[in-house]
Amino acid sequence: MPILELDGISKKFGALTVAEQISFAVGEGEALGIIGPNGAGKSTLFNLITGNIAADSGSIRFLGSDVTRTPPMARCLSGMGRTFQIPQPFEKLTVFENLLVAGAFGSHRSERDVSDRCAEILVDTGLIDKANAPAGSLSLLQRKRLELARALATEPKLLLLDEIAGGLTEGECRSLVATIRNIHASGIAVIWIEHVLHALNSVVERLLALHFGKVIGIGKPDEIMRSRDVREIYLGIEV
Amino acid sequence: MTMAIPSFTVETRTRASTLSAMAVIALLLLAFAAPFIVSRGVIQDLFFILTMLVLAQNWNLLAGYAGLISVGQQAFVGFGAYTMFGAVILFGVDPVVAILIAGLFSVALAIPTAFFTFRLYGPYFAIGTWVVAEVVRLLLAQWKALGGGTGTSLPREATREMIGVNMMRDLFGMKASEAGDALTYWLALILVIATVGFIYGLLRSKQGLGLAAVRDNEQAARAVGVDARRMKTLVYLATAFITGIAGALIYVQKARISPDAAFSVTDWTAYVIFIVVIGGIGTIEGPILGVIIFFLLQNLLADFGSWYLLMLGLLGIAIMLFAPRGLWGLFSDRTGIQLFPVRRVLKGGPLNLTHKGGPHG
Repeated sequence: MPILELDGISKKFGALTVAEQISFAVGEGEALGIIGPNGAGKSTLFNLITGNIAADSGSIRFLGSDVTRTPPMARCLSGMGRTFQIPQPFEKLTVFENLLVAGAFGSHRSERDVSDRCAEILVDTGLIDKANAPAGSLSLLQRKRLELARALATEPKLLLLDEIAGGLTEGECRSLVATIRNIHASGIAVIWIEHVLHALNSVVERLLALHFGKVIGIGKPDEIMRSRDVREIYLGIEV
Repeated sequence: MTMAIPSFTVETRTRASTLSAMAVIALLLLAFAAPFIVSRGVIQDLFFILTMLVLAQNWNLLAGYAGLISVGQQAFVGFGAYTMFGAVILFGVDPVVAILIAGLFSVALAIPTAFFTFRLYGPYFAIGTWVVAEVVRLLLAQWKALGGGTGTSLPREATREMIGVNMMRDLFGMKASEAGDALTYWLALILVIATVGFIYGLLRSKQGLGLAAVRDNEQAARAVGVDARRMKTLVYLATAFITGIAGALIYVQKARISPDAAFSVTDWTAYVIFIVVIGGIGTIEGPILGVIIFFLLQNLLADFGSWYLLMLGLLGIAIMLFAPRGLWGLFSDRTGIQLFPVRRVLKGGPLNLTHKGGPHG
């Protein structure tokens, strides 16, 4: 059974179509990459999946139940974790407290029950040194790691990553990718929007290419990268 | 995915907080004994300080934690006060009991108020709350049984016969007016303890952590499963309850009410905001420090007439510019001292975690 199923999802902002008849499914434990030029509707698609934007038509099923009209909070509680493209830490809380909130609320448990798990996630994501530092004092890489760690603390079954490797140096990117690969290996399904293709393709099993709100291809990464449409539109190569 | 790690522990208490807990207990014992030690004038000043502190703690919870910047809290002060007057004058209820009724009525007012004002955000919410306060003031000014626009006084018998007053006269040999002042003072002291206790308990709880997350970033808080709207509503109702009780208590002591005074935006909101801002928003210590400074300034500048308000305003602006987290924030940053710590500090584990985090807010 697929963990996430989109069926004919459409969304318009006035005259602008940002999602047109988008249908695809993500299997349990699968990693799907989403690519497309700027303005293709990638982040909108994320917001449709997480419920921050309501779809005009179509349906979304998550873990077998219809969540098309469920608010973001409820989707989080049912096992959907997300990171924001622009990191949105709780700046005045410490890094550890950022995870505690996510752990305690995202999995409906007490702070005491989730604190060990939160500390482990900090170790896994390389943030343990910063555990008691205010999140507002973090660097960009650390903020991106915090986004990831906080999403993990909610104990997601599906993790949505929005351009998490963007703006990082080569070395930073490599270590972040290693972390994501570990998360994926632990059985969590991942949907990952990314412009840094080599990072993306080293993790995902399938790629989905978006253009003007439409799916122009979905399949194995090398097939998608070779396809005429993708090369023409996304890579800007005349074929 | 995870390696075995030595176990972590989470701590909130600091050395300063343990010491201060003992100091606070000593101070409270002294405060309860005050009516036997100091003059009636001092008790009345202390009553003023305590009730302003309750209002300030509530506004701080609303604005500093729930992000609800209200300039209409006088709605609940006035409504609470009028409820108490109505219950005493029209139904002969004891003033002390009427104070509790006032709290419940304020919550009843807050429910429809929240329905309208929660549709608004930021500055629009602020203006919305003010409009609500004005509407309630205008409505109550029409109530002829309670003196209409000019107001009315509590019957003398009501305050003389209040629960506890007779007992205090017999026990301590106080005059009725003295006993009345001592009683309202003790009630104010209990209200301060209950309010600070409630707020500190809330902030230490899981809900308090969620509230801090909502304050910092509402969208992200929703994304990790925090019900931001529910949390804000609960805070709004809780502060309405306490503010209504404080309003009623203030007017039991004043024993004279008028719509303009009971719904004064200057007395019950502007001063309160001043107290919170100069003391330090988003901390429990801030309003405590703020109310003391406010009281001293008020006495110091009392002879300067309207210059007094100008000076308060200038001081408020200066602090906002140079110490945006207030005087307590300034002090706490330098010394690391927190009397009411809420930080969850992670200790132990494979690394020595020693980084000092500043206080919330």
